Amino acid sequence: MNAETGIGASVLRKEDARFITGKGQYTDDISVFGQTHCVFVRSPHARAKINSINTDAAMAVDGVIRVFTGSELVEDGIGDLPCGWVVTSKDGSPMIAPPHPPIATAVVNYVGEPYAFVVAETLQAARDGAEAVEADFEILEAVVETATASSSAQIHENAPNNQAYDWELGDKEATDAAFANADHVTTLDITNNRLIPNAIEPRAALGSFDAASSTYTLYTTSQNPHVERVVLALFVNVAPEANLRVISPDVGGGFGSKIFVYAEETAVIWASAKVGRPIKWRADRTESFLADAHGRDHVTKAELALSSDGEMLGLRVKTIANMGAYLSTFSSSVPTYLYGTLMAGQYKTPAIYVETQAVFTNTAPVDAYRGAGRPEATYVVERVVETAARELNMDPVELRRKNFIPPDAFPYQTPVALEYDTGNYGASMSMALDLADSDGYAARKATSEANGKLRGRGYSCYIEACGIAPSQLVISLGAGVGLFESAEVRVDVSGSVTVMTGSHSHGQGHETTFAQLVSDRLGIPFESVNVIHGDTGRSDYGLGTYGSRSIAVGGSAIDRALDKIIAKGKKIAAHMFETTDDQVEFAEGQFSYAGSNEPKPFAEIAGAAYIPAVYPLDELEPGLSEKAFYDPQNFTYPAGSYVCEVEIDPSTGVTEIQKFVAVDDFGNVINPMIVEGQVHGGLAQGIGQALLEHGIYDADGNLSTGSYMDYAMPRAADLPDFEVDMTSTPCTHNPLGVKGCGEAGAIGSPAAVMNAITDALGVKDVPMPATPHTVWETIQQGA
Amino acid sequence: MKVDLTVNGSQHAVDVADNALLSDVLRETLGLTGTHIGCDTSQCGACTVHLNGRSVKACTVLAGQADGGDVTTIEGIANGDELHPMQVAFRANHALQCGFCTPGMIMSAIDLVQSANEPLSAEEVREGLEGNFCRCTGYHNIVRAVLDAQANM
Repeated sequence: MNAETGIGASVLRKEDARFITGKGQYTDDISVFGQTHCVFVRSPHARAKINSINTDAAMAVDGVIRVFTGSELVEDGIGDLPCGWVVTSKDGSPMIAPPHPPIATAVVNYVGEPYAFVVAETLQAARDGAEAVEADFEILEAVVETATASSSAQIHENAPNNQAYDWELGDKEATDAAFANADHVTTLDITNNRLIPNAIEPRAALGSFDAASSTYTLYTTSQNPHVERVVLALFVNVAPEANLRVISPDVGGGFGSKIFVYAEETAVIWASAKVGRPIKWRADRTESFLADAHGRDHVTKAELALSSDGEMLGLRVKTIANMGAYLSTFSSSVPTYLYGTLMAGQYKTPAIYVETQAVFTNTAPVDAYRGAGRPEATYVVERVVETAARELNMDPVELRRKNFIPPDAFPYQTPVALEYDTGNYGASMSMALDLADSDGYAARKATSEANGKLRGRGYSCYIEACGIAPSQLVISLGAGVGLFESAEVRVDVSGSVTVMTGSHSHGQGHETTFAQLVSDRLGIPFESVNVIHGDTGRSDYGLGTYGSRSIAVGGSAIDRALDKIIAKGKKIAAHMFETTDDQVEFAEGQFSYAGSNEPKPFAEIAGAAYIPAVYPLDELEPGLSEKAFYDPQNFTYPAGSYVCEVEIDPSTGVTEIQKFVAVDDFGNVINPMIVEGQVHGGLAQGIGQALLEHGIYDADGNLSTGSYMDYAMPRAADLPDFEVDMTSTPCTHNPLGVKGCGEAGAIGSPAAVMNAITDALGVKDVPMPATPHTVWETIQQGA
Repeated sequence: MKVDLTVNGSQHAVDVADNALLSDVLRETLGLTGTHIGCDTSQCGACTVHLNGRSVKACTVLAGQADGGDVTTIEGIANGDELHPMQVAFRANHALQCGFCTPGMIMSAIDLVQSANEPLSAEEVREGLEGNFCRCTGYHNIVRAVLDAQANM
């Protein structure tokens, strides 16, 4: 391999060349001939019956072409937006998924839900038209609070108690028995605050219909264009699958919020045929706040049973998860299979029982946001473990070490369904303590105290299940899709390579990482590998990017396709060497044979594949292009140890993070620079959750935090420098030994910050976000 | 209304609506889509360009206000094939991921460095970039990039 560009090298990114020069092509940068503009008319009420909608005045606005209401989509056979994962309740009944028309017809159930849309010659005309749409609403009582939703007014006819499902995992009896035998029980009531993802690129869509070929083309800001196509074709009935092409060009961040199939792109692509012209829509930021799927929003009671010397005996968790008004695309899986299954954390707790009640409220749908269930699980486990250590007067590091699954216990079957393949949790902890200068803490704390400040330190040892996911396992648990990945490796005549991947980059740098992988394995220059993604017209299929799956699943698919390329190359080389293919070796970009001192470079074999002079064409097809579909055998299990040190000014409640150390085990790493960048970004979002961010609805269901003036996104001065390092236990079941790194930072960091703050304040809990106001109030209550 | 603009060294006379924003003119009329719209409310900074040498948020400047002005966008900071030191530093320090905030971040950072009388500290860079959101990088590498670039500007 080439040490400068191969696996393990911090290669600078290919994609940056266009991004730093303003040449990126995001959906809103694309314009097509004859394009019109679209604005959605959104509910001002959290819950209301729609008595009537009058579009006459809107149609009279100069420049308005058409005004559509939801009933027109229904009459045209457009279906509901589906939830793709059917979770089963304790009693064996399937979850309740209320009707979710893309454009509301009879009722609206959250502020911002669209009930009409206006297509016009200009954006300004569309806005004017939208303002002229008149609707008569009968306002109904709104349900907002997560904790009390099940005893509030019923929102959906088919969902008594506003319950979507009541799910459980684990052995209840064994867990109850563990509690009965415990010396000590730590109980913690905690909330996981609602977050609003806020990719800086707002969602957008540009739909067009070509009457000549009866085909639709949708440019949209999706993390998984193939899934978008399948859902729009098979479930929403926009167009036959073969007649629908979905392109996700450069996408400006997603963090989960762009996984889902939303009303807006559905409306735009459908209406493009009705209007007979292309239609473009881009969310303004208020729409992003109101109508992007939100994240988190759990209320939880956690109980940990321990022996007097700190052995963890049992964990009991009961969570109410707010799903918002409807079940978004993958929402049901988040507080269940991506949450309850992680409750073992890094520990050998023998008995665990988790219950999740999913409830509807009159708020925006809640779905996967960076980490999706795993940050919530880590928050529960790591907050309750740290609290238990304090209650037992034990060092929280020692309590953790005592309960870590030891390195020789892998593969390790947890009591909550997962089998961890590998890990070394103590090694990450040791490295994190060193980096955090643990030995110097007492002196730093004394200095803080001398300055009238409060200092605290918190830990978080997270585990996540990534590389999502083994198809048959998730299908057996209710998923409506397989979660494999596809790849195609096309070798050109000259030996350069084009890779088509079903993974989708919206910031992760796949064009670079995947090119490193291909360059390394084929021994060809990094520069001669071109990676293409995000277009259903160019790659066979794909499940997209989320769940830290791209390298573990998408990268493994590329690796499998490369196996086939090399195997065929050997057959061609064998004919050139006049031997059999099992006698041919391939290494460092050369096909060689012991009986010849003239190895054949990869490019020569590529040429021979396309100028088929040397091999019999009845035995071997010409050309050199291979596909692979890779289905993972298991999840991957990235894990790490995070240490946070805070200093709090008791007179203002301001918390300053003075040290944040993250040590992660991602297995093998292709590009350390990119991986560290992913950790940085995750940490920023996790620290944002802990200190700043909170999606708040008022009692009437109005979003109080609907702008950047109200929703506190971290700015540069709000965040510290991060100290990031890695350990490595390579994944044992995928060909690259990789685990995935996209979500770790957001999963591990909130608990570390909050453990540090509660340590500094000497209290059991502070609700997230720990704003200066909240911290100051906590101090006053204790004073 | 008629507006005369010099954009990246080229002169343009454009006919725009009275309420047209500078960002609209750059993106829609002149096709300079490197200037991005992230929030429409001057909070996110993705639309930052230089107007007469100082950074402004183009979504909050009326095109008419820029009449007669000299505008530089992300497309105009390289010298031919030679990238601006800030562009070089952003790539070299992995200071971008999705790339959406990047043009505005680079334009703000250039003005920040050019306006400073003395070399900036990391803390001053963090304070100085308060008008620009990045949701991907956690700012860690952006700060490194700006410090790196200021040594070469």
